[in-house]
Amino acid sequence: MRWPGGIAAGLVLALTLGTLGAVAWRAGFALRLGPADWAAIRFTIWQAALSALVSVVLAIPVARALARQRFPGRAALVTLLGAPFILPVIVAVIGLIGVFGRGGILNDALGLAGLGPVSVYGWHGVVLAHVFFNLPLAVRLILQGWLSIPAERFRLAASLGAPVGRLLEGPMLRAVAPGAFAVIFLICLTSFAVALTLGGGPRATTVELAIYQAVRFDFDLGRAAMLAVVQFALCAAAALGLRAAGAPEALGAGLDRVVEHHAPGGRMLDALSVTLAALFLMAPLAMILARGLPGLADLPGGLWPAAARSVAVALGATALTLAMALALALRGGALARLSMLLPLAASGLVMGTGLFVLLHPLVSPREVALLVTMLVNAVMALPFAARVIAPAVAQAEAGHGRLADSLGLHGLARLRWLILPRIRRPLGFAAGLTAALSMGDLGVIALFAGDGQATLPLLMVRLMSAYRMEQAAGVALVLLAISLALFWIFDRGGRVDAAA
Amino acid sequence: MLRLEKLEIRQGDFALAADWVLPDGAVCAVMGPSGGGKSTLLAAIAGFLAPDAGRVSWDGRELTALRPAQRPISILFQDNNLFPHLSIERNLALGIDPKGRLDADRRTRIAQVLERVGLRGMEARRPAALSGGQQSRAALARVLLMDRPLVLLDEPFAALGPGLRMEMLDLARAVLAGEGRTLLMVSHDPEDAARIASDIVLVDAGRAEPPAPAAPLLADPPPALRAYLGR
Repeated sequence: MRWPGGIAAGLVLALTLGTLGAVAWRAGFALRLGPADWAAIRFTIWQAALSALVSVVLAIPVARALARQRFPGRAALVTLLGAPFILPVIVAVIGLIGVFGRGGILNDALGLAGLGPVSVYGWHGVVLAHVFFNLPLAVRLILQGWLSIPAERFRLAASLGAPVGRLLEGPMLRAVAPGAFAVIFLICLTSFAVALTLGGGPRATTVELAIYQAVRFDFDLGRAAMLAVVQFALCAAAALGLRAAGAPEALGAGLDRVVEHHAPGGRMLDALSVTLAALFLMAPLAMILARGLPGLADLPGGLWPAAARSVAVALGATALTLAMALALALRGGALARLSMLLPLAASGLVMGTGLFVLLHPLVSPREVALLVTMLVNAVMALPFAARVIAPAVAQAEAGHGRLADSLGLHGLARLRWLILPRIRRPLGFAAGLTAALSMGDLGVIALFAGDGQATLPLLMVRLMSAYRMEQAAGVALVLLAISLALFWIFDRGGRVDAAA
Repeated sequence: MLRLEKLEIRQGDFALAADWVLPDGAVCAVMGPSGGGKSTLLAAIAGFLAPDAGRVSWDGRELTALRPAQRPISILFQDNNLFPHLSIERNLALGIDPKGRLDADRRTRIAQVLERVGLRGMEARRPAALSGGQQSRAALARVLLMDRPLVLLDEPFAALGPGLRMEMLDLARAVLAGEGRTLLMVSHDPEDAARIASDIVLVDAGRAEPPAPAAPLLADPPPALRAYLGR
């Protein structure tokens, strides 16, 4: 069946390139960038590069330690490295403020030592949050590189007395690190929620945040459109750079292995790296709990309606993303591959601005805020879901496609008897991923939503900007619990009774 | 009657040509060195591979442009002949109808054919709960249900031990060839061929030779077959 994939590709193209065209048209194709715009562009590129560099450099010793040492809790730590991906950004920000913020534990400690307070707000807060999110990703990518060095090579190097570092690890890092850097750079380019909550001001405004401010506060659609074009160009350039650097396999399994390493050494250094990394990741998570639990006693009004809206949007986006990913995987070909990648170069706010421009004359954007959010979330999650589903479909076809052909299984019959049963686990995982991503999304909803339309992340932002941090932390805990529950239910659903 | 007319298949450096007729009711072994194109020949006949030139026809009806399931052919592969996630009954039902529907009549037919291959009462099992030999029997049962006049066996029993393989070949011939079907099977073992084949097609050096009667061919093999058999 090829036509559902065609529809999915059309939807992706319309929502990415179509919305971009709409904003470009609205901007009158004129690029007149003012000093503030240039500042936003410079900051966006600079913070993304710095975040990616710091993440990759810090990840190398951690990945090496995980690759060559066995220790209790190693498996748990590797699992933890996957957690930030489904952790809502805004929830993590609460945790980071709890550690590094004005009243956070770090400043308490510094105060005891007689040192002045540090602030988490500003460019360093943005970079800190990005490193928190992407250090685990970098560790996973580089660990994958370490584990992909065949054990025989380590044995050979050992038998020759050759330096493992220069002979094996150096070339591996030169192959893997640029890809990891490029992925993280691209992710940080599209940063909105972090910049909104920790950045801002002339020295820490990203292009995405500038788009939001232009639409939401100045209602300057022309400027928003122009910035949207700039943002798309930035992301497209970064995506091309990622292709050149070699896109690494981010969601690969099998990280629970330990390299059979013949020159382990450096146990102290490894222990230090792992401990610091674990602390850096777990302290904010612990603070989410520590700050959130008291907040549960004083949850704000409007919490449960917001939760219901979030869940409804997440479930709708999940259904749409899975349908699109499956349709594209079944269709195959260049158009499908493009559609699976294109959303990586798009940004939710660009899509939102485009839809705003297109819908503004027809309906009030507020009336369709949740629908638009669902659509944008579905498209934004597509690359991740497709990355999980497409290989599984290919594997099902490779294993049993000929049998299905010989029996005449086509269309829905093939889907029902061959594809769906064979891809249950990846489908469940992709569904969990999409639901969690959508639950935590704070982007387009901030652009559109009226008073009675907040989702949980937006409710949190509103509470935070009103300095009601305790309530925000309580909401963060609720949001986190629902996100994890959705992820668990879907992922579990794919595993239960999944036949070999 | 299977007819291959000036059939040519090219894949990079590899090429295979065939131009012959296989009489109805034949049990024909396809023999020859590894990489010679035995499986490729079967794939072209079954419709998984479009030939670069020539035609495949059955009883005068051209098959070359038809999809595998539209051909009067059923095929068993080296592996993956059953869907591991479906019960034996559902696997067999897909041989009757690609929609996989089951009704009382079909259940009865499936039960009967399972009995014929020695798998009585195994309907509810998944393939993983069956031994290798039983899985082969289930796959044969589906071929019986599909009831196509030409059956291609691309070494489906290769993973079984020698004794079990002979048993399955005997069963295949008994239940399939016994009803006037034509069998074309890849074989590595001259004993297998001698045991059940009426004819042999030798595939070597880019050609699939016309079928020749098995007994005289094996008794006095031509040089190519002699080299392959190591005599």
